[in-house]
Amino acid sequence: MTLPWIPLLTFLGVFVPALAIRGGRTVCALATATAPAVALGLVLFFYLGHDGDEVMRTSLQWLPAMGLELAFRLDGLSLLFLLLILGIGLLIILYTRYYLSEQDSMSRFYAFLMLFMTAMVGIVTSDNLLLLWGFWELTSISSFLLISFWSHETTARKGARMAMTVTGAGGLALLAGIMLIGKVVGTYDMGTVLESHDLITASPLYPAIIVLVLLGAFTKSAQFPFHFWLPHAMAAPTPVSAYLHSATMVKAGIFLMLRLHPALSGTELWTVIVTLTGLVTMVYGAWFAFLKTDLKGILAFSTISHLGLITSLLGLGNSQAMIAALFHIINHALFKASLFMAAGIIDHEAGTRDVRKLGGLYRLMPITTVLTCIATVSMAGLPPLNGFISKEMFFTEALASQQFGGLAWIVPLLAGLGGLLSVAYSLRLAYATFFRRPRQEPPKTPHEPPWPMRFPVELLVALCIIVGLVPTLPQSPILEDAVRATVSGEMPEFHLALWHGINPALLLSMAVIAGGIVLHLLHRHMMRFNRQFKPQDARYIFEGFVQRLVALCQRLIDRLENGSLQRYMFLLMAVSVLAMALGLADLDMLAGSLGQQALDPIVILGAALLIMGGVLTAALHRYRLISLLMLSVVGLVVALTFARFSAPDLALTQLSVEVVTMILLMLALFFLPQKTPKESSGARVVRDVLIATGFGGAVASLNFAVLTRDLNSISNFFIDQSVPGGGGHNVVNVILVDFRGFDTLGEITVLAIAGLAIFKLLNRLRLFMPATDMEGRLWSNDRHPTLLMVVSQTLLPLALLVSFFIFLRGHNQPGGGFIAGLITAVALILLYMSRGVEWAQQRLDFQFQPIAIAGVALSTFTGLCSWLFGYPFLTSTFDHFHLPLIGDIELASALIFDGGIYLAVVGATLMILANLGKLTTAHRPNKDMP
Amino acid sequence: MIGIALWISFFLVAMAIVLNAYRLLVGPSLPDRIIALDTMYVNSIALIILYTIWLSTRVYFEGALLIAMLGFISTVAVCKYLLRGDIIE
Repeated sequence: MTLPWIPLLTFLGVFVPALAIRGGRTVCALATATAPAVALGLVLFFYLGHDGDEVMRTSLQWLPAMGLELAFRLDGLSLLFLLLILGIGLLIILYTRYYLSEQDSMSRFYAFLMLFMTAMVGIVTSDNLLLLWGFWELTSISSFLLISFWSHETTARKGARMAMTVTGAGGLALLAGIMLIGKVVGTYDMGTVLESHDLITASPLYPAIIVLVLLGAFTKSAQFPFHFWLPHAMAAPTPVSAYLHSATMVKAGIFLMLRLHPALSGTELWTVIVTLTGLVTMVYGAWFAFLKTDLKGILAFSTISHLGLITSLLGLGNSQAMIAALFHIINHALFKASLFMAAGIIDHEAGTRDVRKLGGLYRLMPITTVLTCIATVSMAGLPPLNGFISKEMFFTEALASQQFGGLAWIVPLLAGLGGLLSVAYSLRLAYATFFRRPRQEPPKTPHEPPWPMRFPVELLVALCIIVGLVPTLPQSPILEDAVRATVSGEMPEFHLALWHGINPALLLSMAVIAGGIVLHLLHRHMMRFNRQFKPQDARYIFEGFVQRLVALCQRLIDRLENGSLQRYMFLLMAVSVLAMALGLADLDMLAGSLGQQALDPIVILGAALLIMGGVLTAALHRYRLISLLMLSVVGLVVALTFARFSAPDLALTQLSVEVVTMILLMLALFFLPQKTPKESSGARVVRDVLIATGFGGAVASLNFAVLTRDLNSISNFFIDQSVPGGGGHNVVNVILVDFRGFDTLGEITVLAIAGLAIFKLLNRLRLFMPATDMEGRLWSNDRHPTLLMVVSQTLLPLALLVSFFIFLRGHNQPGGGFIAGLITAVALILLYMSRGVEWAQQRLDFQFQPIAIAGVALSTFTGLCSWLFGYPFLTSTFDHFHLPLIGDIELASALIFDGGIYLAVVGATLMILANLGKLTTAHRPNKDMP
Repeated sequence: MIGIALWISFFLVAMAIVLNAYRLLVGPSLPDRIIALDTMYVNSIALIILYTIWLSTRVYFEGALLIAMLGFISTVAVCKYLLRGDIIE
């Protein structure tokens, strides 16, 4: 039950650095180290507390329908990786404390690091394939953040992007592979999948599964040809390289192959792909490591090479090879992490990590030199260190390999070549950095780093020596358990030792060492040979590829989305007409059973007016004012239609909206050209008329079809529930403020936000105003016609009374907050029109923004109040009260909600109209001209 | 009796609206059209009242009230626009 605590602890650790940084850098480092330290203790506690054979598993339901569980397991393989991740992670935290400069945000770095650690811990402890994939993606994201930590450097950003793209693409392939496995096995549970080897390998999907899963593993573990992101990820701070790119993240792919080894391996396809990829990667990486001049570049390619070595061992697949692979994972993590940290120290102290500028450092940094050289010797695979032992095991397996029939010799050949090159680059690394006479001065005079910064290197190097000298002592039980988790069947016999007697592997080793020394001596010639090739920078190739892809997509988008609204409308309408026409094609079915309603002359007149208004609005659109008048006719007739067909609320709303719209359009029209030039060609007009007619015809047919059928809509529910549920007889209003109160709340919020946005947009905007009207006449000099002033001032109290009346009775009879708000707003606007902004503002001494906001707040508050009584949000209540003189009165809490609507509408409307009106007031050129 | 009166009134008001529409359509000047629209608003008050008498209901009175009270404001806005360009000064 406590297993999920391991990833959870590291995840909680993500938040620690941000809090602890106030205490200073050392406190921050110590606090950050707490979570992984406790997790490490927990892991050891679990491990020691349970007996060998059983796998610890915990599972919590998450999304059972998808087969996703929060399932964790702790077996030998998880343990091995957990020790690496948490142990080296602790050392990295210590190292980072001294590595990062004052300008770098330490808390940010630690937070990213802990996020990454969580992801890695999650991968190795997942007991569910989908969960594993989730953590896998998290490593991609967190490593992106870590690589781009110095985001001001373009190399860091590009490197991070490349790593993200490559590993992310691999992650997608992995997801596909996992889903195929889930399809074949029927579950994503790790235990079941691992026992389904025969089922999976017999499936016709097996080749696809293998390829997809291996794509994921190879991209993550930087196998050829997906290796190119790793050297560019070296733009990251060195602790990141030491942690992600040597010990942990690049081993995630290896881990995946190990984890799924019992389920997927053992076929020829697996062996061929994995072994060959591994060997090619090994030789390729080693060759480029030999040619690189950047310390971290050498180490990066060396990492690629060693990962290739491990991969090829996994491909060979017998139990001895698996032991060698697991053993080499430990060894590689030990020496490579220490080498990376040493490279960081050199970079830190000397100011450069270009081996051409370094040299002779052994005099200035003797301890670092000794440490680095020991780790380098281990990397080269020389006795008596740990690297030698695992390399011997690798050679033994390579020589014993019976794969590829007559071409079996190719495995030891490539293995030997890789080994030879790794001797050569290790020698070069040590020689050029420490012993060669410097050709030029490094930017800084190097000296030994502070002891705590060197401590992780010392510890890891000491482990290298211990493992090399006494290989059976510390790691055997751990290794044994890890082997048991990955090899199905009988536990193989194995013992680790430096000396196996004289055998072919030892002879190969000796030949390789000799060859490596010779190659190192020939380094200058090799460089000259290499110069004949055109240098290929993976970054340019990758960027070029990405840019071509972007250009391709851009062209595609340009075709579909060229920015022409007319074109969108055309496509949209044409497709809708087509779709509707197809659906309505069966004309016999169109008329329903209800028959047609009787027509009276008034309705026909209304329809005729409506058609006239609609057609003329469109036809006269170039004469805007006339077109607007026609639009007004449409609005009026629509309001009358609402009244005629029993929708008084809608009629009232439509009428008041109509007035506000007209004022708004008049305000806007003033700043627009009076005439629109002719823009459409004749052909286009014909096309548009055809489409509009088709669309109108289709909608009319649809309407006809609906209206002639007996439709069982939801309106009956609202009509039945209006009085008992909402306490109001006006169903429309009860729906607005009660049943669908949440929608209304959203709408008034949008209204208020729109009002505020317009207020903000118009703020300080002053527009040029034309001196004459469209026909060249000067404006009239009667700014405030007396008649209008009198009418508007008389109207205001009446309008306020009416709006109050309509507001109050809204719950039971036509009306409500929205209409009342519009009436008030219109009456106030009329005041603005008749007396001008200055006069009105002196008397209406308040801002409209607070009113709109107060309205939204009031409605929200009413909704929240129902929580106080233990009801869901916006539950309304009502009761009857008896007041003297007035009589029985019903009050509903929805009334307060409606009051919020009222305020929001008044505030927003005035905010929009009054501010539009203010646009020219200040700088009117002919304000006082006759 | 009231039925016949109603139908005659309906006919007359409808004719008035048709004539308004005609004036709106042909103009000739912009004030002509504006006045036509305004009169159409007034006539629709009559239409609504006749309709409520016909149905013997009071539900639509507020509609008529709103047109009477606010309907002229669009006209005012357009007129102000014609006179001064800027309707809120």
